[in-house]
Amino acid sequence: MNATSPMAARRIDARARALALPLEQLDPADPQGFVDDTVGYVFERLRREDPVHRSHSPVPGIDTYWSVTRYQDIMHVDSHHELYSSEGGITLMDFPDDDEQKLKMFIAMDPPKHDEQRKAVSPIVAPANLNNWRDLIRERTSQILDSLPRNETFDWVDKVSIELTTYMLATLFDFPLQDRRLLTYWSDISTANKLTNPDAPEPEVRMAELRKMLEYFTRLWNERINEAPRSDLISMLAHGPATRNMGPLEYMGNLVLLIVGGNDTTRNSMTGGLLALHDYPEEMAKLRANPALIEGMVSEIIRWQTPLAYMRRTAVADTELGGKKIKKGDKLAMWYLSGNRDASAIREPDRFIVDRERPRQHLSFGFGIHRCVGNRLAELQLKILWEEILRRFERIEVVGEPIRVRSAFVRGFSKLPVRVA
Amino acid sequence: MRDWYLAMCAQFSRHAMLRGTWFRDNIYKSLMSMAKITFISFNGESRTVEVAPGTSLMRAATDNRVDGIDGDCGGNCACATCHVYVDPGWVDRVGARTPCEVDMLNLVAELRDTSRLACQIEVDASLDGLIVATPESQH
Repeated sequence: MNATSPMAARRIDARARALALPLEQLDPADPQGFVDDTVGYVFERLRREDPVHRSHSPVPGIDTYWSVTRYQDIMHVDSHHELYSSEGGITLMDFPDDDEQKLKMFIAMDPPKHDEQRKAVSPIVAPANLNNWRDLIRERTSQILDSLPRNETFDWVDKVSIELTTYMLATLFDFPLQDRRLLTYWSDISTANKLTNPDAPEPEVRMAELRKMLEYFTRLWNERINEAPRSDLISMLAHGPATRNMGPLEYMGNLVLLIVGGNDTTRNSMTGGLLALHDYPEEMAKLRANPALIEGMVSEIIRWQTPLAYMRRTAVADTELGGKKIKKGDKLAMWYLSGNRDASAIREPDRFIVDRERPRQHLSFGFGIHRCVGNRLAELQLKILWEEILRRFERIEVVGEPIRVRSAFVRGFSKLPVRVA
Repeated sequence: MRDWYLAMCAQFSRHAMLRGTWFRDNIYKSLMSMAKITFISFNGESRTVEVAPGTSLMRAATDNRVDGIDGDCGGNCACATCHVYVDPGWVDRVGARTPCEVDMLNLVAELRDTSRLACQIEVDASLDGLIVATPESQH
């Protein structure tokens, strides 16, 4: 990327704008900053000048929210679930209470219901199961990497990231493998938002698609409930005492949670990691020289990418945060993406460093009772991916600009042109 | 004794050789009563480390690279990756769970009556000889 490329020019522009705008006009939830990957300049200024910031979005349903941008403040909010509730939803968009778009999922619940439902699914990513999957993940990863064209440009997102995460997800659900791309489609549909992305489907279309998803999964549920309990997620939900009486919206909500949680996130870390190593060739050289660095690098990739840029909380009482008076009912965005670049918590946060000290101390999985339930699985998938990449390819190059997703929530890629040899 | 140590640290911290761990490992240990703590991994391997009073059990483990204690949140009682089982003979002396700990432990796999989060246990001389085990999920 040279300094005169249109992308570089846009970034210089965005930085000047982030520094020049009056503070009250900064809106980190503007998805354009994610398409251009320039939202970091806004966060840089907020961390320095107004770390708990009253932000305003022109998007109806988002309106006014607090932006929490420093590592320690985010940690505080995330670990005080009794004060900062998840019941209002985990994204900034508000839906009317009776709106069918408002899915019910355990990530958007408080204890005790949250704990019960989470415990119903968490055994699937427990250590014993991870060990069972290690070989399967490696086998599938190898197949996919072996099938890539050599010395020819292809889309890494489609051919590797989506393929691998979707395959894993289908395995977790024991979902028919030939239909697995439906999972990717439903994942994208469920996070699509017409109000922030003009290319997204209309809300009615979205709900119609999600109903198809529910029908499909209801069929699987009915099959599994009539069989003896098995180790796949649907069987676990159908037989689990805390989940077997879920209503359709709740079933769908939890499916969406697991599909997005297991798909959009790892998928984008698979792409983001490759891009990071391309942008920091000296780190790639370190890694090539010492593949034992992969384990720590996986955590660094997850910090660097921060595939979910924020989580929302809603204050349940008047309180104070970073010197600001938070009112009962106010919503807050814990900007993990910003906290992961906070120099007061992470040394040289703007550099990608494969052998960073204490690499696991990042915010990408969240903290507190909602901490990512699948974090170990995600790390395992990424670790195996990089072990197999290094074993196979002498060269792996990014040959064009990535295309980023228009969303302030899922921080990801829709395309990344790559060439391997 | 502790105040004296801190004063000594301030005094000597200007000298490069005495900075960081050198002072702790060579002078401090001989002056202060260190507590010996034993960590037993899920497959039975044991590691004994010497811990300065006032250190959290999680920090003691991560500083000594004890396998099976990650401490991802840095000691904020917010990740449950420093889950340990306290040896039954030590449960009373180690004390009860803190409220935030109860919330986090509610979510771990393999919860037992002796479960604690190591970041919520401060080591002092009374814990000299403490034995804790780490769960399989943290390996």
